[in-house]
Amino acid sequence: MLKPLTFLVSLVPFAYVLWQVYLLQTGAPNSLSADPGKEILLHQGEWAIRFLLITLLITPLRQLTGWNSLQKIRRMLGLFAFFYASTHLLAYVVFLLELDFANLTADIQKRPYITVGFAAYLLLVPLVITSTNRMMRKLRKNWVLLHRAIYGIGILAVTHVAWLAKSSYADAVAYGAIVVLLLFLRVFEPKFGLFRQALKPAS
Amino acid sequence: MLIKRLEPGAIKPSEITSESTFMNRRQILTAMGLGAASLATGVSLANVSDRQLYTSGAPFTGPDWLEEKLRLLKPGEFSTGEDATPLEYVIGYNNFYEFGTGKTDPAEHAGSLITDPWSVEIAGEAEVTGKFTLEDILKPHDLEERVYRFRCVEAWSMVVPWVGFSLADLIKRFKPTSDAKYVRFETLYDPDQMPGQRARFAAIDYPYVEGLRMDEAMNELAFLAVGVYGKAMPNQNGAPIRLVVPWKYGFKSIKSIVKIEFTKRRPRITWERSNPREYGFYSNVNPEVDHPRWSQASERRLPSSLFSPNRIETLMFNGYAPQVAHLYQDMDLRKNY
Repeated sequence: MLKPLTFLVSLVPFAYVLWQVYLLQTGAPNSLSADPGKEILLHQGEWAIRFLLITLLITPLRQLTGWNSLQKIRRMLGLFAFFYASTHLLAYVVFLLELDFANLTADIQKRPYITVGFAAYLLLVPLVITSTNRMMRKLRKNWVLLHRAIYGIGILAVTHVAWLAKSSYADAVAYGAIVVLLLFLRVFEPKFGLFRQALKPAS
Repeated sequence: MLIKRLEPGAIKPSEITSESTFMNRRQILTAMGLGAASLATGVSLANVSDRQLYTSGAPFTGPDWLEEKLRLLKPGEFSTGEDATPLEYVIGYNNFYEFGTGKTDPAEHAGSLITDPWSVEIAGEAEVTGKFTLEDILKPHDLEERVYRFRCVEAWSMVVPWVGFSLADLIKRFKPTSDAKYVRFETLYDPDQMPGQRARFAAIDYPYVEGLRMDEAMNELAFLAVGVYGKAMPNQNGAPIRLVVPWKYGFKSIKSIVKIEFTKRRPRITWERSNPREYGFYSNVNPEVDHPRWSQASERRLPSSLFSPNRIETLMFNGYAPQVAHLYQDMDLRKNY
């Protein structure tokens, strides 16, 4: 039950965009406003980073609650992060650049926030390729090492958000704080068993 | 909403330039030493006498004295012949961080702004200074409509039919002294009315401050707007009185002004204080000088649809080079961005 439910819920933000596009194209009031391409781009990007953070949250949450079935949905959430990142990039290339790839190359070289955003995206690709059970078995310990790259990707994604901020740093600060906290837990949990300490009944 | 529409295919009156206007413009350009090539970079201006006023059925009303003035609204000079951006986008897609950083936040939250009564303080290096009611500020001025291009530093643009009067005409009334080298403008600071001024991790400080060099402020294009589309200014667009300097990036056109001060020294403007590497005092629209994080060579003319972003080339001084280029003749615009 957990898996199909996660799948459906994870599709909600995307379905919302499709619904708004439908409203836009039929001339009905919609949330995409005067600059629909950019709105879609921002929406997909926001959900990409949120899914990335949710994926990172699964392990500490499992350790904290002991709810081991959570592990079953981690891969799917990670793949959804990739899905939203892909549509984010696609929206950028199709809606904003109008498929002008010369411009894309120029942007990646010239604009630092696009450089780090694109790097984060590229780093996701090997994680997606090695996400199957077979690859997991094949790579064994190396798989764990490889997939630790997700913390680096998280930092790159937050840098991307912070760097493009014009009006407010609130989003970047919030996302950054979450990544730092999760990274902290990842490093210190195994050493000190922070959760076991916290969960130990007071005597 | 009711916007006057012309028959499709018909030549709009605004597209016709009378011979005298055309010749006149020619002479001005020749006098400025600009060749025929620069004609192409200027905006085609509409002939005043032929132009129809933009109107809308939107329920924006001002105090009685303003409504009376609005009834006498006339088409003004320097209007572009381009079609105005539909009202719903002009009043629904705004940057006004005092009400939130989203584009639709101002339209949703600016209702909390009280624009009547309103007063404007005139201060600094001038013979006449003091605090004046908005009615007194506007009293001697006739309102005119100017359809200006509006280019945001974020690389989108609109065409807006503003209602207002010449800034130069206002300035003359207060007799600035020879020490008045700059004009400093300030937006209302009142976090109760403008909740965005309380935001955490905001990129800018409040109150919002802008400024112009005296000769820029006295330029014929500099405009104080009190309305759009023939109606009183909606709060989200900077009611009750705002600056419009169409050859500069949109953020220079400060909203909801409560203070105008003549100064000896160049004021530090809000965005320059926030990030001096990215935003300068002049902030003239310039396709050749990129923002450090994005290109300024082109812009998306809103509203853009999904599969055609309506990208157009950005013009030097937003197309107003014939009127303002002389102000910056000996300046390096890469340094003075």
